[in-house]
Amino acid sequence: MIVADKKPIEEIIESVKEFKKILILGCNECVTVCEAGGKKEVGILASALRMFFLNQGKDVKIDEQTLERQCDHEYLEEIRDVVDQYEAILSLACGVGVQFTAEKYHSTPILPGVNTCFLGATEQRGLWTERCQACGSCILAFTGGICPVSRCAKRLLNGPCGGSSKGKCEISKDVDCAWQLIIDRLKALGKLDEYEKVQPIKNWSTDRAGGPRRVVREDVAL
Amino acid sequence: MNVKTPSKLEKIFAAGHVAVTSECGPPRGSDPDSIVKKAELIKNHVDAINVTDNQTSVVRMSSLAACIRIKLMGLEPILQMVTRDRNRIALQSDILGAASFDIHNILCLSGDHQSFGDNKQGQNVHDLDSMQLVQTVRYMRDEGKFLGGEEIKRPPRMFVGAAANPFADPFEIRVPRLAKKVTCGAEFIQTQCIYNLDRFEEWMKRIRDRGLHEKVYIMAGMTPMKSVGMARYMKNRVPGMDVPDDVVKRLEGTPKEKQAEEGIKICVEAMERLKSCKGVAGFHIMAIEWEEKVPEIVEKAGLFPRPAVD
Ligand code: SF4
Repeated sequence: MIVADKKPIEEIIESVKEFKKILILGCNECVTVCEAGGKKEVGILASALRMFFLNQGKDVKIDEQTLERQCDHEYLEEIRDVVDQYEAILSLACGVGVQFTAEKYHSTPILPGVNTCFLGATEQRGLWTERCQACGSCILAFTGGICPVSRCAKRLLNGPCGGSSKGKCEISKDVDCAWQLIIDRLKALGKLDEYEKVQPIKNWSTDRAGGPRRVVREDVAL
Repeated sequence: MNVKTPSKLEKIFAAGHVAVTSECGPPRGSDPDSIVKKAELIKNHVDAINVTDNQTSVVRMSSLAACIRIKLMGLEPILQMVTRDRNRIALQSDILGAASFDIHNILCLSGDHQSFGDNKQGQNVHDLDSMQLVQTVRYMRDEGKFLGGEEIKRPPRMFVGAAANPFADPFEIRVPRLAKKVTCGAEFIQTQCIYNLDRFEEWMKRIRDRGLHEKVYIMAGMTPMKSVGMARYMKNRVPGMDVPDDVVKRLEGTPKEKQAEEGIKICVEAMERLKSCKGVAGFHIMAIEWEEKVPEIVEKAGLFPRPAVD
């Protein structure tokens, strides 16, 4: 899933303080799972903002709504009738949802209420970690199912570097060395000899390096 | 003598001499004298001089510019290049730039992570990794072509090196990793600083078991300790560094004003011992901001005068 984190409340206040009518718009997908932008977080943020404006002696209308998805035309249509009632929408979706909402409601300011962080998973309650950088040309088949692009701090395709120490990365003792994980896994698979195959220079044109990406599928197009 | 490049370092190895290299870190400024002064201090005692590339991710004068200064002094630079800061376009371009000054040695590295340096908020590149950079230089030299396949007019003629850290984890792949670098085309290796001699010798044994010492020249990395504080720092703070307790204890038991001298002694003793380790083809002395001690170390280790090759 796409993992997001809450934005500091001060930053959110700074971005919405001029508005009198605000819709906080949550999303029921990834940001709900990572507890940053679902219905619950919409409610908490709405209360915090109401409190803030009350203390300021300002009369600001703050409404709450959570859509099934903000990255989908169909669900975004659900707010078409009410959009004009608001001076701004504070979207707690990922960056995709924020932009898709903005594209649809061109004359309404749409502000991001979370920081979109990475593609990852819930390792345990309260801990999300990165697993993929969507490089567009997956090499997991060669690396024991562990991604060095997203999990090695230097995205080494032929790692580990000399900084790997006791299973941890040189940048922090909290970060696993991806190449230690790869080697452990190759060993478990009885494929450690594959380690010596040199990974060729990668074609990064399918990565962000190639410019904004598209997936075109004629077989499923209408 | 069978050599592939005009590199003096390669000739020293090929003639069967124990090679000696050291390094100069470029300055945090544009003063040309500082690199020249450092090179002057060591020039008679080493065969070639590494020039570090924004070491520990702290911005310094470019490695290539400093190498040119050293080359213009009539000395033999080794251009260190990290894949952290340059993509494949810049790497190939800098290799050509170096080749245009007849810089004949390159050391291919991935580089410390930028979070160690003074620009923690910067991007890193890592378009290639260090092994792929080795492949790239070899390809440019041996095939005379760019990665894109076009022909290079006057290709670089560089002797290609890589680093190895026998002490990083996991230990079991440290030799396979070196084998991989050799497969990629590395011709010489400079190791991380060695303090744990037993572990290094174990690594060398495994290298010999695979015959790798016959395919690549391995230079043992040496860094003299200036003080017990430095020893403790290296032991506890530098990732992938193995400083045994007895080294720290030996410095602890030495009065403060004698610690530097003792550090040099430890270094020279290690070199004496490793001289008889089969497969060690030379020494790379990294006396960080202590270049003036390099001549003393080389002399005490019995590696002076340096041989002449043509
Ligand atoms: S190799 Fe690329 S696509 Fe595969 S997991 Fe890593 S970043 Fe994602």
